[in-house]
Formats: sequence, structure tokens, C-alpha cells
Amino acid sequence: MSKLPDPIRLGLDRGWTVQDGAKLKADLSLEADIVIVGTGAGGGTAADILSAAGLKVIMIEEGPLKSSSDFRMLERDAYPQLYQESAGRQTQDKAITILQGRSVGGSTTVNWTSSFRTPAATLKHWQDQWGLREYSQESMAPWFARMEERLSIAPWPVPPNENNDILRRGCEALKIPAAAIQRNVKGCWNLGYCGVGCPTNAKQSMLVTTVPAALDRGATLLHRTRVDTLRFAHDKAVSLEAVALDEAGIRPTGVKVKVRARHFVLAGGAINTPGLLLRSKAPDPHATLGKRTFLHPVNVTAALMNSKVEGYNGAPQTIYSDHFLDTLPLDGPIGYKLEAPPVHPILAGITLQGFGEEHSTWMRRLPHLQVVIALLRDGFHPHSIGGAVSLRKDGSPVLDYAISDYVWDGMRRAFFTMAEIQFAAGAKVVMPMHEKGKPMKSWAEAKQHIADLPMKPLECRVVSAHVMGGCGMGVDEKRSVVRGDGRHHQLENVWIFDGSAFPTSIGANPQLSIYGMVARNATRLAEALVSQKKPMVG
Amino acid sequence: MTGAVVLGAAAWLNHEPDTPAQGLRALSRREAELIRALAPVILAGMIPTDATARQTALNEVVEAFDRGLAGMSLAVQGEVKQLLGLLTFAPSRALVAGVWTSWPEASESEVAAFLMKWQSSRFVLLRAGYQAMKQLMQACWFGNPLAWPAMGYALPDRAREFL
Repeated sequence: MSKLPDPIRLGLDRGWTVQDGAKLKADLSLEADIVIVGTGAGGGTAADILSAAGLKVIMIEEGPLKSSSDFRMLERDAYPQLYQESAGRQTQDKAITILQGRSVGGSTTVNWTSSFRTPAATLKHWQDQWGLREYSQESMAPWFARMEERLSIAPWPVPPNENNDILRRGCEALKIPAAAIQRNVKGCWNLGYCGVGCPTNAKQSMLVTTVPAALDRGATLLHRTRVDTLRFAHDKAVSLEAVALDEAGIRPTGVKVKVRARHFVLAGGAINTPGLLLRSKAPDPHATLGKRTFLHPVNVTAALMNSKVEGYNGAPQTIYSDHFLDTLPLDGPIGYKLEAPPVHPILAGITLQGFGEEHSTWMRRLPHLQVVIALLRDGFHPHSIGGAVSLRKDGSPVLDYAISDYVWDGMRRAFFTMAEIQFAAGAKVVMPMHEKGKPMKSWAEAKQHIADLPMKPLECRVVSAHVMGGCGMGVDEKRSVVRGDGRHHQLENVWIFDGSAFPTSIGANPQLSIYGMVARNATRLAEALVSQKKPMVG
Repeated sequence: MTGAVVLGAAAWLNHEPDTPAQGLRALSRREAELIRALAPVILAGMIPTDATARQTALNEVVEAFDRGLAGMSLAVQGEVKQLLGLLTFAPSRALVAGVWTSWPEASESEVAAFLMKWQSSRFVLLRAGYQAMKQLMQACWFGNPLAWPAMGYALPDRAREFL
């Protein structure tokens, strides 16, 4: 067990109202002003703000409550415990693997701390194309500033690790602008294990900030508890029904939980939030629910360097380049953001193509591996409409996301860009992550090889760590699911406070975009409720 | 589409009782044999060559695969079980994987030929099957501290201050 103080265990000792679904012996029936489904970037922020307004808040989380004492820097423990579908969530055809969190704190417990305000071009597009006039840079700035302060988001004063510095040097050599990424950390040890749960509590995730704050104010947390359906009467939700999950977080134990509330905040993240509304047969008069789900599809190149890189040590993702977003118009060819991810054994192993000797040649040189990723900005062009969420037979949600030729074209261009940058930084060999990708020894060779690669699902490696949309905001209810303030168009007390409310992808790592939007919308909801002072339901 | 029909047929035809083998939670005896046959080929160059160490490694891969499978959501477990069923049911193993002997009797080159056939199959479903087996196997071994010396990876020294 970690020898460092664990704020969660200390809080539990102080008497927080926390119930583990796996330990529930009898059915529960609860009431609250607000019930919040999910405890990630959206749910955590909402719980903090709504509880601070004096409202009675219940948080429900499908994943387990795990904290620094449990975080042992091991991928094999973290992936099954802290991620959706053991870090193996995939699109319906299995062509895209999706990293998404599933524990108290949601994806913020396992993300790589990259913090960007919603880009100006994205906000402008929302104003122009989705009628979201109030989402101007000026009006959103105070909300971002407030959350930056709350979560210690600031420039990272430590030099980048070698994996990121190679991206910086390659960009510099090619005169491509690159810059440092702000991070939500306080007293970071620069270990590089953000993705498996921060063992030192330096990362200012929801797990150690907003969720504890809400619990200290008397909010209730139910974890290992999965919300099955919302019950509606007229144009309102009246209750929700949830099932307690076993120790493994997989099978319902048979114990049921029912919550009645004045307002319902849905923050289970994209895929899960539209999934819950689909299971609940929520009104969907224009068949928009679950549609336009975006992924920032990512493709990857690996390089072998002469000296050690040790991409598993040191803060991940501290350098980025937006050159290939900023220089491309939103209605032109798809643009991409460049970053350098952590390079741990499982993550690297399953991303590298091939098997046997072809694969192990690279794995045996893991310390010399340098990796660059391109995150494509989907959802801004008629040829990038994203995917659609539907339900499997057992009611669990699944995303069907077909990669269009427009998106494949961006991936090929990104392969060119990443290889050129890696060679410019001194790479000996560069390889596109693609089952037909070959080690390339020069930029000239790379130009030929990448041009010839067939861009096909389940040959080209495509991953995602950002799921957005599916309950998109907009003023026109024929094209969207919720209003600009997050309220469901047809349900007057159902609020979508997570990344599923974005009408497009963000074009940047989305956590701060979620924090800012939810801080704004949850504050408005809190103000409205406190001024109403309505009696409790029931 | 063809692949889906084959998968469905295999699931329907696969009559072996689906009970986990002794000491395992999710894998049947024949499925465990399959993992044990694929692992040395998928992980060639990464698992030890010394006979005793190799046996230990293969045992650990099978156990990790079993743990991993048991820890998946029920929907995904069902899909993986379908794939394992297709590969362990003799007629579909022969017709779809092209392996005409049982898995314990299959040579390493036969196993490699099967993997390569699926790796570049024109059917998305078979490519997905290859990716699933490859990635699950790799995750099972590379997450194991026994695998780390071969790749020159170790946890940072500072972790000792608190772990």
C-alpha cells in the first residue's frame, strides 16, 4: 500500500456518505434535489457547484471507488479497474479502440492531464452553425479561468521528457510552431503514470478535488451502481432506477436502487449518456439522440532513436502542435493536433502492429521508442458526421463509427507529417502503426511508403481517448438534443452536463472544455433552483 | 457478412459444454489449449526460451487471459467466447482458420500461417478476430513484470519511496 496520505480513505474515516453497490444487502430508495449520474469531468464539477449552493446531491457511479492507495503504477491492474470495458472499449466493427474512464473521477482519474480551453475556432463554429450565441470566447473565459484556478491548471515549469522533446525538436527543425501544454497538477513528481491512476494525488482529477468537496458538504456517493433507466411522467423525469454491481463491477447483484429527485443531471460521458436515454426511451422526435458522436480519431507513428527515450518516464503529453489545425479552414480538409503520448508496455505492445519477431524487434527496444500521435478534428465538415450510439441486446451502449474517406485522407497526411517530424529530430527508423506498415529509413522512403498504404479499418491502427457528442447542444431541436444551457429539449428537468453535449469534437483534449461548459451550466441551474426554493419532490 | 454467418454457425454448432477448465474462471479446457498454442507464436522473441521459464510464462499468459476475459463486460465476454468457439470447434477451425489438426498438435508455422491469413483477410470480421487474439495475448504478457527485463523496462526508482 502507498505510504502517501490518501484523501479518499481519510474522507471515508471522517464519515462521508459513500455506499459501495457491491456491499449493498437490501434495496435502497433515496430522494434528493439533484441526482447526478457519473462522477467524471462533468459530474464532479456539477456536484461541487450544486452542493455548494446548498442543494441535496446524490452522485451515482458505475465504476468503483479507487484511490491512491490502490494505484500501484501497474497497467494490468489499472485497465480492468479504471477503464470502460477493461480499456478495450471498441467501436462496433472493432476498428477503433477507445480509452474511457470508469471509476469515481471518470476519465479524469486516468487522463494524461492535458488542459486546453475550447479553441476559438470551435466556439465560433458553434455560434455560427449551431446557434449557440452565448458560447463566445469572451463569455466563456471567466468559466475557464474559474476552473483553471479550481484545478491548479497552469503552465508546467519542468522540461519535457525526451519523448515530448523529440516532438518539439522535430517541429523546430521544420519551423512548425509547437508549444507547451498546461496541466492540472499540484506538486507533480513527474513520474509519467497519470494513465494508471496518479499514485501521489498530484493530478487534480475529480477524484481528489470536486467529488471530495461535495462529500464534505454532505452529498451522497453510490459507486459500483449502474443506472438502468429514467422514468418519465409528462415532460419530466420523476425517478431513476439503478442496479448494484458485484465486486468485479460486471454482474448485477440483484439489489436495486431507486432515486426520486427534482432534477436529473446526466454525466456518464459520451456513449453512456446517450445510451441511458435510449434505454429509458426518452423523447427523441427528430432522431438526433446518440448521433454525431465524435472521437478525435488518432493515428500513430513510432520511431527508433539512437539514444534512450524512456517514453514511460516523465509527464506524458507536455508538448503539442496545432499547426495542422490552425492552417486548415474548418470547412477544408480535416485538420489534426500533434502530441506525444506515454509509452508503457501494454499500450505500446497492443498498438505496434504484427506479432512474433516483427513485433518483438520493436518491443525489445522499448526504451528507444519515440511515439507521436495525431488527433483528428472530426465533426466540422459534411463528410465527418461522426458515429451513432445504439443498444446491444443486453441494453449496453455501443458506438458505430464508420471512418469516412475524408477522415482517412487526414490520417494519411498525418502519417506524412509525423514521419517527417521524427526524421527531422534524428530518428533512425520510423514506422506507421498499420498492419502493412514497414520500417522506413529515410524521409524519402517514407514519402513513397505512406502514399502506398491502404487506409482500411483493422489494418490502420486507430485509437481514441476523447469521446464527445451524441446529445449535442443546439438552438434548433431538429438538429440537436439539448439546449445551450444543457437542458434536454423535451424534458424540462433533465440536464446533460458532460462531453456528450458538444455539437462537434473540440479540436483539443476536452477536459477543460467540459469543466468550463459545466461550471457555467451548473451555476445557472443552481441559481435557478435556489431562487425557486420549491419543496422536495415526494 | 460471410464472417458473421460463419461465427453464428460456429456458435450454434459448438456443442462442447461451456464450463471453465479446472482452476480457471472463464476459459474451457480447449480454449486454454488454443491460448497455449497461439502464445509462443504471437509472443516469439518476448517469452523466455529456457524450458522452465517458458512454461511459467505460458501458464501466466493463460491465467492472465482467463482473468482478463472474466473481467470483461458480459457483452464483450460473449463476443470473445464466440471467437474462441469458432477457433476451437474443429470444422470451423479447419475451414475458417485453415488449421487441420487440433491446436496442441499444430506446428508454429501452421499457427503463424493462420494469423497472417486473418491479419490481411478481406473480411473485416476476420481481421477483427486477428486483432483481438493478438492484442489480448500481448496485453496478457507485457503487463507481467516477468516480461519487463526483455524490453528493458522497469518502474522508476522513486516509486520505492511510496509503493
